[in-house]
This record gives sequence, structure tokens and C-alpha cells, in this order.
Amino acid sequence: MSDAALARGWHFRRPSVIPGFGLTLGFTIAYLTLIILIPLSGVVWRTTGLGWTEFWAIATDERTVKSLQISFGASLIAALVNVVFGVVVAWVLVRYRFPGRRIVDAVVDLPFALPTAVAGIALAAIYAPNGWVGQLLAPLGIKVAFTPLGIVVALIFIGLPFVVRTVQPVMEEIDREVEEVAATLGASRLQTVTRVVMPGLAPAVLTGFALAFARAVGEYGSVIFIAGNIPYVSEIAPLLIIIRLEEFNYAGATAIAAIMLAISFLMLFVINLVQAWSRRRYGYGT
Amino acid sequence: MDVSIRKVRKEFDRFPALRDVSLDIRSGELIALLGPSGSGKTTLLRLIAGLERPTAGAIYFGDEDASHKTVQERNVGFVFQHYALFRHMTVADNIGFGLKVRPGATRPTKTEIGRRASELLDLVQLSGLEKRYPAQLSGGQRQRVALARALAIEPKVLLLDEPFGALDAQVRRELRRWLREIHDATGHTTVFVTHDQEEALELADRVVVMSQGQIEQIGTADDIYDTPNSPFVYGFIGESSSLPVRIGNGELWIADRTIGLPAPDVADGDATLFFRPQDVELLDGCGGCIAGTVAATRRVAGTRRVELEIGGERQRVEIELPVGHPASQQSRVAFRPRRYRVFPARAA
Repeated sequence: MSDAALARGWHFRRPSVIPGFGLTLGFTIAYLTLIILIPLSGVVWRTTGLGWTEFWAIATDERTVKSLQISFGASLIAALVNVVFGVVVAWVLVRYRFPGRRIVDAVVDLPFALPTAVAGIALAAIYAPNGWVGQLLAPLGIKVAFTPLGIVVALIFIGLPFVVRTVQPVMEEIDREVEEVAATLGASRLQTVTRVVMPGLAPAVLTGFALAFARAVGEYGSVIFIAGNIPYVSEIAPLLIIIRLEEFNYAGATAIAAIMLAISFLMLFVINLVQAWSRRRYGYGT
Repeated sequence: MDVSIRKVRKEFDRFPALRDVSLDIRSGELIALLGPSGSGKTTLLRLIAGLERPTAGAIYFGDEDASHKTVQERNVGFVFQHYALFRHMTVADNIGFGLKVRPGATRPTKTEIGRRASELLDLVQLSGLEKRYPAQLSGGQRQRVALARALAIEPKVLLLDEPFGALDAQVRRELRRWLREIHDATGHTTVFVTHDQEEALELADRVVVMSQGQIEQIGTADDIYDTPNSPFVYGFIGESSSLPVRIGNGELWIADRTIGLPAPDVADGDATLFFRPQDVELLDGCGGCIAGTVAATRRVAGTRRVELEIGGERQRVEIELPVGHPASQQSRVAFRPRRYRVFPARAA
């Protein structure tokens, strides 16, 4: 009876001609556990040692709330800005052939490779009120370095390649013929781009947005050099965690970390749902 | 809408893809551009659509010079081999796209566009699929949607680039007949590109045979098949056998023998004889005929193909015999083409 049930019933693994399922799945799970799951559950474990009232006190502490607002708010703005600029950069790289194109293409990857602290110092130097760009903005009353705006600038810097590198290959895949057909149907160039090309890119843009956003939320090195780190104004959550650690307030640090973890997980989950939905509909990049 | 192509030339990086092509397409006609790849047929189609600009020459829609009009202004329906549907839009939105992008003054209302889309879906026999996405359709269905989308803008000319090339043989035959019906029902001037001669000959009112950027011959299926006017057309359309011959005194000679075929209009000298393998009569004796040793025989569907080696130079030609014919058992066969054409060697 059990044999028959097994034969008909649900299988954990579908029969496949590719060998090594057990080995690779085992490796994947062991790897994810060691590198990601154990450290993260450690965070949650330490937080539970805190007790609910204490945790709630830390979570609703004004400094914590402000720092989380700054972290997620700046990351959101930076990711949105990167979506616009990233798509434009990808468009230029995919659609036009110009001298120096390969150099521009390579420059896009620099934020990947550069130590983020170096980026932070460089940005701070340039955008400081006496820096190259800062002194042009100062007469206009715009202060970038050592303000929340500086955080956004740093996060735009580190997030840009994520959007460009996810959108670029999908954009390359879009058929010229689709645009030509739109033109024969009477669509202007602008209509073709906004109604035909861009909607097709939506899933890839969403992926790029999610990556840039996630990266920005976790960023530390570049931000602390340009932010000024004024509590309640330009102090990001990861920095607050470090501060708590330096005060040997491990429980306080892990509590903030757990909150960040929860919010990030929730947002990425929602973005993934939206992505799955749009991918089913639009088809590009599947 | 009449379309007139006048001495159009198109070069890509100085490489001529079309060399001074002229062609008159009558209103309501169904025209096939037929040729091997690289013959310029797709380039010609794209020039009519305005997707390419001619290097020289002009294209007239009716009495109007359309050469410098943009694609959008030309109002042509274009169907690509790989459908080029908008995959983020439903079938209905795809079909309605051309109406939706019109400027406010000439744009129909939303309900009107929806009604028009349903009407066209009926025409292409896909009623009820309005809400589907292109990814949920088969290849044949996608191409029908692409055609409905092109028809939605009431184009002056309908242009199809290898419309059935990506479909399997059975769907292709079905859609071919169906396209003819649609054409007869709507009366659009239609030009389609194909490399499939069967498709061109069966479907089109007139076939334009192209080769190396030039038009070789324009005519009905009968004209093209029965009286090819160049060695290229003879070789490209249908089966053909060719044999090098010599013209002397208005007669054909192979080596030092006449073969009993007159060629009054061809100048003396070397020439090439073309005939269809099935258009031959077998002879018993050989007083003025082509004779050769049987080199190979093959069964092809209802007939038998015999390959003969002719003369001292062992030139091979193919002829077709009924399956039961005793000649295929012989080692030597003599025959004479019933219909043939001779082209001077220079042209061949």
C-alpha cells in the first residue's frame, strides 16, 4: 500500500536526467546555513534574550526610529534616482555606438570594486562646502556633505551599477522589430519608448531597484564619511548599531539589527511578489 | 493604392543591396517578392514601408511621392516573420495599439477601439482571445494577431516579411489559404516576401523573382514557371536540367551531332540548354536526340528520376520517367525535351 501511495503521491524531487541533485542541494543548504542563516538567527536569538518591554523601548526610542527612517528613506530615494539614471545609462550603452563607449561601460562597475570608504572620503571632499562641487552649490544654499542629502549621494554612487547591470542585458534582448512595428502603426518615437520599450523593461527595472535598495540599506563605509553622523539628523541605523556595540550594549545593537532585518526582509518579499507578477505578464527577462 | 517603385537603389556601406529596381504594383494586387537570401527582397519591402531610405530613386503611393515620408506618415501595415507582438499587452491591446497612439482629434473612443479589435479578431478567426497575452498563444495564432494589428490602422499597403517562415509546414499551408481569403475579402494591396517558391506561386497574383539586388522576372505563376526568361529563373523556379550545347545554323549541337532541336533566335556559338526533367519524350533510336548512359536512378514520390551521363564530357542531366517505364532498366536512354529554352553561354 505504501508503495502504491509513493508511486502516485507527491514526490520531494521530480525525476530528472541531471545527476547530483542530492549533492548540490545539500551543499547549497549547508552553505546558506553557515554563511547566512546561523549568523542571522544569532541576531534574532540575542534579541529574544532582551524581553519584550525592553525590546519595545529600544525599538521606539526616538534615536532608533530616526536612524531607521534615515536609513530606509535615503535608500529608497537613492534607489529611485538610480532607477532613472541607471536606465538612461543602460540605454546609452545599449543603443548607441560612440568612441569611449567601452570606457563608460567599465566606469559603471567602479562602485562595485572601490572600497566604499574611499568613495565616501572622495565624495565628502568634493561635496564639502569648500570642495569642487560643494563650492558651486553653497551659494545656492544647497549643502550636500554632512547632511542627509550627502547620504543619498553616497547611496546613489554605490547603487548605480546594480540597476545598469540588471537592465542592460534585458534591454539588449528587446527586438528592434518591435519598435519598427510600433512606428509602422503610427507611434511616434516617444510613444514607442514609453508604451512599448519601457513597459517591457519593468521586471528588470524592479530587480535593479530591489538590488540597489538592499545594497543601500546595508551600506556603511561610504556613508559615515559624508553623512556628518549627527544623531536624529544624519545618523544611519548601521552606524547606530556600531555605536551601541562600542558602548558594549550588545542587546541594544542586536535589537536594532533585528528590526532592520525584519523591515528589509518584508520589503524584499513584497518587491519579489511584484516582480513575479510583472514577469508573468511581460515575459522579458524570464 | 497603387505603389510605384522607380529606379530605386539602396546601398549599405557602399554595398549595393538593390540596383535600380523598378516595379509597378496595382491597387488590390497580391504580389510576392521571391528570391534566395541576399537577393534584396526584404530590403525592397522595408523601403516601401519607409523603414529604410533609398540611396537613389523614388517610391510613389498613388500619385504621391512617398520617398521622403516617415514610416508613421506612410500608413502601411507591416508583419514580421517573428510576429513582433508587444508582449506586455493583451491581444486586444496589441490590435488596438495603432488606433490608441493616434493624436486626440482622429483617435476613436476606447469602446470604439475595443469594438474594432473584436471585429478584427473575428476576421482572423481568433474570437474570444482578447484578454490573452502573446506568450499564451501558438505561433500561428500570434501571426494572426500580428496581421489583425496591421489591418487595424486600415493601411494603404499591407507588407509581410516572410510571414509564415517561422511556422511549421501544416500551419503554413493553412495560413496561406487563409491569407488569400483575407486578401480577397479586404482588398488591400499586399506585398509579401518569401523564399518559398511554392508559397509565392500558389498565393500571389504576380510573382517578382529577384536575384542579387535586381528583378529577374515579373509575371503570373504560369509565366514564371512555363516561360522563365533567364537561366537564373529557370534554375530557381521548379526543377530544371541544363546541358552545355553549341548553336550552329540555327540548330543545337552536342559535340559533332545535331540533336534535332531548332534554335532559330539564338546566335551561333556556345549556349546552355534548359528543360524540365518531366517535359521529355523518350525515343527508341537516336537520329537526332540526346542519349546518355544511366548513372543513377532514384524513386521520387510517384515518378522515377534517372540521371544520365551525356557525351564524352559526361555531363549529367536528370529526366523523369513513370515508375513502371522499362527505360529505367536500360543502360542507355535517348530522349528529346518537349519544351526547352536556350540561353547564350555568356548569360548562363
